[in-house]
Amino acid sequence: MNFEEHAAKLLVLNPAGIPTLRGTLCTTATEAEAAAANIGPCVLKAQVPAGKRGKAGGIKLARTPQEARNAAEKILGMTIGGYEVERLLVEQQARIAREFYAAVLHDVVARRPLILFSTEGGMDIEEIAAEKPDAIRRLLLDIDGKPKTADIAGMLKGLGLGSAEAHIVQILDRLYTAYRAHDGELLEINPLALLDDGGVVALDCKFVLDDAAVYRQPEVAKGGAAVPMTALERRGAEAGLKLIQLDGNVGVLANGAGLTMTTMDVIQHYGGRPANFLEIGGEAYTKSEIALDLVLSNPGVKSLVINFCGAFARTDVMAEGVVRAWHKLAPRVPVFFSIHGTGEKEAVALVRNELGIEPYDFMEDAIQAAVKAAQ
Amino acid sequence: MIVRRKDRVVVLGITGKQGTFWSEKMIAYGTNVVAGVNPKRAGETHAGVPIFAATTEAVAKVGGDVAVMFIPSTMAKDAAVSAAQAGIKLLVVLTEHIPAQDVMAMHAAAARYGTRIIGPNTAGLVTPGECFVGIMPAFVPSVFKAGRVGVISRSGSLGTLICLNLTRAGLGQSAFIGIGGDPMLGTTTRDALEALAKDDGTDAAVVVGEIGGAMEEDAASYAKKMTKPIVAFIAGAAAPAGKKMGHAGAIVTGNAGSYASKRQALEAAGVTVVDTPSQIAAAVSAGLKVSRAGNKLVASQ
Repeated sequence: MNFEEHAAKLLVLNPAGIPTLRGTLCTTATEAEAAAANIGPCVLKAQVPAGKRGKAGGIKLARTPQEARNAAEKILGMTIGGYEVERLLVEQQARIAREFYAAVLHDVVARRPLILFSTEGGMDIEEIAAEKPDAIRRLLLDIDGKPKTADIAGMLKGLGLGSAEAHIVQILDRLYTAYRAHDGELLEINPLALLDDGGVVALDCKFVLDDAAVYRQPEVAKGGAAVPMTALERRGAEAGLKLIQLDGNVGVLANGAGLTMTTMDVIQHYGGRPANFLEIGGEAYTKSEIALDLVLSNPGVKSLVINFCGAFARTDVMAEGVVRAWHKLAPRVPVFFSIHGTGEKEAVALVRNELGIEPYDFMEDAIQAAVKAAQ
Repeated sequence: MIVRRKDRVVVLGITGKQGTFWSEKMIAYGTNVVAGVNPKRAGETHAGVPIFAATTEAVAKVGGDVAVMFIPSTMAKDAAVSAAQAGIKLLVVLTEHIPAQDVMAMHAAAARYGTRIIGPNTAGLVTPGECFVGIMPAFVPSVFKAGRVGVISRSGSLGTLICLNLTRAGLGQSAFIGIGGDPMLGTTTRDALEALAKDDGTDAAVVVGEIGGAMEEDAASYAKKMTKPIVAFIAGAAAPAGKKMGHAGAIVTGNAGSYASKRQALEAAGVTVVDTPSQIAAAVSAGLKVSRAGNKLVASQ
């Protein structure tokens, strides 16, 4: 789950004691004008859970309320990274001496939390890694313990941070505490600024909450950004199914992410275009009834592949769901089955007897037939 | 990580619907299930084995080398840490959607107590004709057959399809190693490849990968040193960039973890990468022919 900057600052950074600049969230140019009158010279920032906002023209400076109004009119309604800008953060301008990069995230190879710090703030970490790999400092942590102040100070050694070092050590320690407390997948401050007055503040913040931990972060999760979805994808989400609508015409109903991706790959390999990704693997395999409804509701679908390869997911249970849905929906597009694995005997018999369709012996034959039928 | 019939298996969460269904299947197939764990049902017998209140107790009373978890994601961390503390050597974590910070705690405990974790989000391990641990259709004869090809897969459903294709082509399997679909796995593709390289019962390896992460790239650096032929299939060539395709591990951002990056790395290491699952069996047969001819040459010199 992604968060917009204002929500990440308010819900994650500020409670952890990491300072940010004074700001107001606005949804209209009039509100932005009023906020600027109150704050003084300000920066207006488009609130979308996507990067490269500055490059897209979503961040503008304003000295006066009138300038703020003009800037807000330009920014509101823009589309950045696929998101329409509906909100702005109007934030106080600051006198910046230096900009840093700070983040806590999972090191998936080490399987441990990792603190990253760089004196090259303002750039993407990928850019820093490519251009100045030596400018990135890393500290791997033990998930069961708290980081030692000496270790954090150690990672900053030689960076010439001067009197700001103590501040930064404290901020990194708090950043880690916040990452742990809120099940962060990524908690990033870029830039972290050293101001002319010696203060250190987070100018921006990116927070990604682990989707698997949303259940135990109910308060923070309320502030998460909505995921842009098509109407069909939303119906899928409401049914607890991950559906991604694509622009092809061969519908896919398979169990398990690996098999579903492979079905899409084979469709593409034979010159077809998949119409969706829809996973009913794991515990979701019992939802084949609603799943069939979803894939058939996709207006682009000209043919459908039903590809079951049961391990944990029992193909007999999935086939029962398909048969139930079939009798209600009476599909008008040709449907091609391939069924193997756990429960296959019962499942094949069910499809044969109830639907009068003979499943293909080989998955790729079913897929080729579906690709042909869609042309 | 190749399970054997002598391995004593403890089933955590044995009394649930899935725990019951799969324990019965495992026992019927020949897996040496010695105990179940459920604090509320300690002292009872379920699926023909005794139930204990904790893994430590099960291990103390009847022994245990392997544990398999039918435990919901919210309780998975505690169950895994307890199993590691109890001295379980191989812990098969089937559970999907465990919070990542819990997964890290599980891996930390495993490292502390010398436990190897398979998964999370794995479909388990199969040694065809001998035993299986997990949720794979080992007992479906059209899918699995004893033989000499080792299969490594992140996905259970796709792994099932690959084994089916191999069996149909007359190529039995020495082991199926389901490493899991999560981003942070206890056992990586490389670890599994090393196990197959050392296994006397394995002549060739099949790697079933997926977009996302860098495991296939890492495995490629080991594959270079292997003499047994390796065939790989990578799922996700048609996946749109930046979208999570179910498995949290399968997200493509930039070039890292992309289909092209994985394919290039594996091919550069001498691995045969095929376009579709149906091409795997023929590629394995071709690889075996070459390696057997090579072995004969070495033997005759």
